[in-house]
Amino acid sequence: MSELDYLKRLHSAGRLSRRDLIGRALAVGATAPMLSGLLASADALAATEQGKPGGTLRLGLGGGSTTDSLNPLAANDSVMIDVLFGIFNGLVENAPDNRPVPELAEKFEPKPGAAEWIFTLRKGIQFHNGKEFDADDAVYSLNLHRGDTKSGAAGPMKAISDVKKLDKYQIQVTLAAGDADFPTILTDYHVMMVPNGFTDWAKPVGTGAFTLEAFDPGVRIALKKPGKYWKPDRGYVDTVEYNVINDTSARMNALISGQVDVINRADPKTVSRIEKSPTLEIVRAAGGWYPVMAMMVDRDPYTSLDLRQALKYAVDREQMIKTLFSGYGTLGNDHPIPRSDPYFNSELAQLKYDPEKAKFHFKKAGISDPKIVLQTSDAAFNGAVDMATLLQATAGKDDIPIQVKKESADGYFDNVWLKGSFVASYWGGRPAATQMLSIAYKSGAPWNESHWNNEKFDKLLADAQAETDEAKRKNSIWAMQELLRDEGGTLIPCFRDWLDAHSKKVGGHTPHSGFDMDNGRIAEKAFLKG
Amino acid sequence: MLKLVAQRFALGLLTLFAASVLIFAGTEILPGDLASAILQNNATPESLAAMRKELGLERPAYVRYGEWLGGVAHGNLGRSLANNRDVADEIAPRLKNTLFLALYAAIISVPLAVVLGLLAAIRQGGIYDRLVNVVTLMTISVPEYFLAYVLVKYFAVGLGWFPSLANVTSNTGLLERLNLTFLAMLTLVLVIVAYMMRMTRASVLSVMASPYIEMAMLKGLPKWRIVAQHAFPNALAPIINVIALNLAYLVTGVVVVEAVFVYPGLGQLMVDAVSKHDVPVVQACGLIFAGAFILLNMTADILAIMSNPRLRHPR
Amino acid sequence: MRLFGYKLNITATIGLAIIVLNIAAAVLAPLIAPHGQADIVGDAWADPSSQFWLGLDNLGRDIVSRLLYGARLSIGLSALITVLAFFIGIVCGFTAAAVGGWVDMLLSRVVDLLLSMPILISAFMVLSVLGTDLPVLVVTIALLNATLVFRLARAVAMNIAALEFVEAAKVRGEGLWWIISREILPNAVPPLVAEFGLRFCFTFLLIAALSFLGLGIQPPLADWGSMVKDYRDMINLDSPAPLYPAGAIALLTIGVNFVVDWMLSIHSKGHGEGA
Repeated sequence: MSELDYLKRLHSAGRLSRRDLIGRALAVGATAPMLSGLLASADALAATEQGKPGGTLRLGLGGGSTTDSLNPLAANDSVMIDVLFGIFNGLVENAPDNRPVPELAEKFEPKPGAAEWIFTLRKGIQFHNGKEFDADDAVYSLNLHRGDTKSGAAGPMKAISDVKKLDKYQIQVTLAAGDADFPTILTDYHVMMVPNGFTDWAKPVGTGAFTLEAFDPGVRIALKKPGKYWKPDRGYVDTVEYNVINDTSARMNALISGQVDVINRADPKTVSRIEKSPTLEIVRAAGGWYPVMAMMVDRDPYTSLDLRQALKYAVDREQMIKTLFSGYGTLGNDHPIPRSDPYFNSELAQLKYDPEKAKFHFKKAGISDPKIVLQTSDAAFNGAVDMATLLQATAGKDDIPIQVKKESADGYFDNVWLKGSFVASYWGGRPAATQMLSIAYKSGAPWNESHWNNEKFDKLLADAQAETDEAKRKNSIWAMQELLRDEGGTLIPCFRDWLDAHSKKVGGHTPHSGFDMDNGRIAEKAFLKG
Repeated sequence: MLKLVAQRFALGLLTLFAASVLIFAGTEILPGDLASAILQNNATPESLAAMRKELGLERPAYVRYGEWLGGVAHGNLGRSLANNRDVADEIAPRLKNTLFLALYAAIISVPLAVVLGLLAAIRQGGIYDRLVNVVTLMTISVPEYFLAYVLVKYFAVGLGWFPSLANVTSNTGLLERLNLTFLAMLTLVLVIVAYMMRMTRASVLSVMASPYIEMAMLKGLPKWRIVAQHAFPNALAPIINVIALNLAYLVTGVVVVEAVFVYPGLGQLMVDAVSKHDVPVVQACGLIFAGAFILLNMTADILAIMSNPRLRHPR
Repeated sequence: MRLFGYKLNITATIGLAIIVLNIAAAVLAPLIAPHGQADIVGDAWADPSSQFWLGLDNLGRDIVSRLLYGARLSIGLSALITVLAFFIGIVCGFTAAAVGGWVDMLLSRVVDLLLSMPILISAFMVLSVLGTDLPVLVVTIALLNATLVFRLARAVAMNIAALEFVEAAKVRGEGLWWIISREILPNAVPPLVAEFGLRFCFTFLLIAALSFLGLGIQPPLADWGSMVKDYRDMINLDSPAPLYPAGAIALLTIGVNFVVDWMLSIHSKGHGEGA
């Protein structure tokens, strides 16, 4: 499904006005004749694309393990994310265009300075055990991720200094410093709303469309719909079956031979098999997931700006997208903000592969024996070794000698990432630009993999977070992207698209820049056409 | 004879104990631990510490080992660190699946390999011998996942004769189960038949060089009778050994095939547990694998001794 | 044609030709390969053309060149590892069988122990203790293989050690080494040679499997096993790419085993005539 298809669907679902549809279609490069066709087909779609209730949705998913648990605090990959979004809801949902929209909180507003936030909760929503969702549950659920916790969201949630109940349906969250993007942190898949005091994760109780039917981690998980769902336009199917299929080829084959209806992480190399099929289609979304090769700017030889620039020019970005992701990606400009983000700096010139400039800067750096060792492993992401090998080849063994070192797959994130001076890894992207920039680039941040330490940058970041004026925020965020492109230590050659695929009898499965499978919400959003 | 078996058994238990120590030591020196394996690049020092504390990882290794061994002695394998499920409950259905697939493949491959090997030995140098040779050599020189891909491509996606996923559940009936796991079984058979068949052939041929076979030849007995009655029984020891090694492979080494066919066996559990450092599960799986290996090797040893009259009655 | 004074049959001739060809390819790779093994010369998975006979690989490198360079690394490593494994395995296995008693028991239990450890755990243990260098890869795989060789060598030797002529040698007071080299080894050759032929080929695949975990071979070096692994998905697009490295391994395996079979046949004849 293309961007245009997606816009069409948004419009027909009533979530995009006709004017917005035209505006955004033009923005993604639609021409006038395309537009009129688009509008006509959008109207036709609005008539047919209605969610039909009933049936069993069979998912074939990579990203599951026999060690998976139903505790949202420990979720870390597709299968459990998709399962948890079936059982639970969050306070805030991340819309496909990366805006935070109300979910269990019907309203959220900052006080001036964006350090205090008031969340007004939806009334009359019941947990599966019959209890009504209220402020006590929300406070408990948020506090699960604060302080002494094993939550995967503990990092971003540290921004919170206090959570308190105002009345039965209202809570106040106080932050240590202003953050206009704070609600996006609550769209994190770890931050699910559970009943006050709940701990029995093996028998999860949430407010989601489904309840747990069978749980065989790493193999098969089944959810079923207990009754009416509180969201009128979600939760169509009666049962959802999650089949864990980690082998890419096996997943594709299961879809092609009809053993499952939807798969995530379609193999870009062989995706033409699906494109050729009359009964299957690809769901493609440009996203914020990116591979990165991070140089620590405070360690030799990477302290040399010229050396960093030499390597920036030595990356053949076009080729990386083509080779690593068969073209299913967008160009990166050595900063972590993807094109799909509203704060993407669209006027910043794109870095291009230029061996001459690379050689020039390398000579200028004047390091006789630089010993550039790029540490990598397919444990970082599938293709990390190829990425390093490509850089090695385009840098030229005689021009800029790079040694690629394949590290032990086991414990890669313990022993290599954040330890080595030049290391390949990846980021899943974050819903808010400021969030991504502060996690990985703020000086002293624990995951600042390039040891980026720049006063000007830190100032811009603080300004952007506390600022609620859109134009001023944009200026700061744009300036940070430029700084990183010119001087930063992270080589970010591209952003990878999310590639799902499904049988055409599945509807409601839309592309989402956040994560695969409709940002994990496939269970409540998809339906089976008659 | 009984004494010999008892002796071997005691030795086996001892080896098993040593294996448990080694496996525990192995999981201890693996870089990283469960906490960081789960959190990956979401880990903060605080969340790591909190998770480690909850998992009890901060206590000394020998204490945890002692507790675990005591538990095993009482039939309690502990709980998974990752999802707090009872390890025995988690392992039982998977062990059953693993043994089922191993048995399925063994029942077909062992007789097939022995017969093919004997025929090749009888017809040494003939067309049949060479043909079987080339075909089986080809099947073992490609990795098992590749064989699996090819089988799936033609028999599941192309012809649609068999399902590409072997996703059995505990409610799957026997016939359905045989059908679902057919391609997985076929892959394994192709992988091990060649090896066992060639070793059978070689061992028989080696015995064929002995003087008493020469004698039988001179007596004018037909070659198939010489092979079947004289050479084969005397060539059994290495053949049994190779069969035992291959059966052990079927129990412990089929993780790749499990992954391609999405078969819920023990191998995948072990790999996931190792990569997430879920020590109780690794230990339990390791112990089962070690037990299987030791049992099969022990059986092979005893059978080898029994098959050789000279070893059976040592002077 | 004759080799070591024995007449080569047709399959052995073919086998020998295959081996010689492979070794030649390995030795001459830098001279005959049209491109470097690391050179990116076009788009990933480009179709075969007059310039690139077998097309390009997943990163856009010439498959022919990578096969030739791969021969170098794969054959060299496999041969080294297998020889090392057989040396260790046979020496220990024969010693265990010939000496018996507690030596046999100790060696057998140690081997059982090593074998009973799941390979994944062994590999990770080695990795974390010894690192990921190439020599570590060689020693690791050699030891893993040596355990298997040990069991076979011991089983074969036990059979032989119980025979009269070995007993006689012991009674005569011959030394251990004499018994092993003069009595046991010649009679144990066939199963061991057959095992060698197979083990040699399995090693290609084991190298690829362990290389995936980060052990040993570093990019951009080519090895056949990893090439099969990298190309495997292409079989689903009807691309023959994965068949080239797989075919190379198969061809060499067949070649080696043809020669092995020939050696087995002279062995049985040799004995038949001599006895």
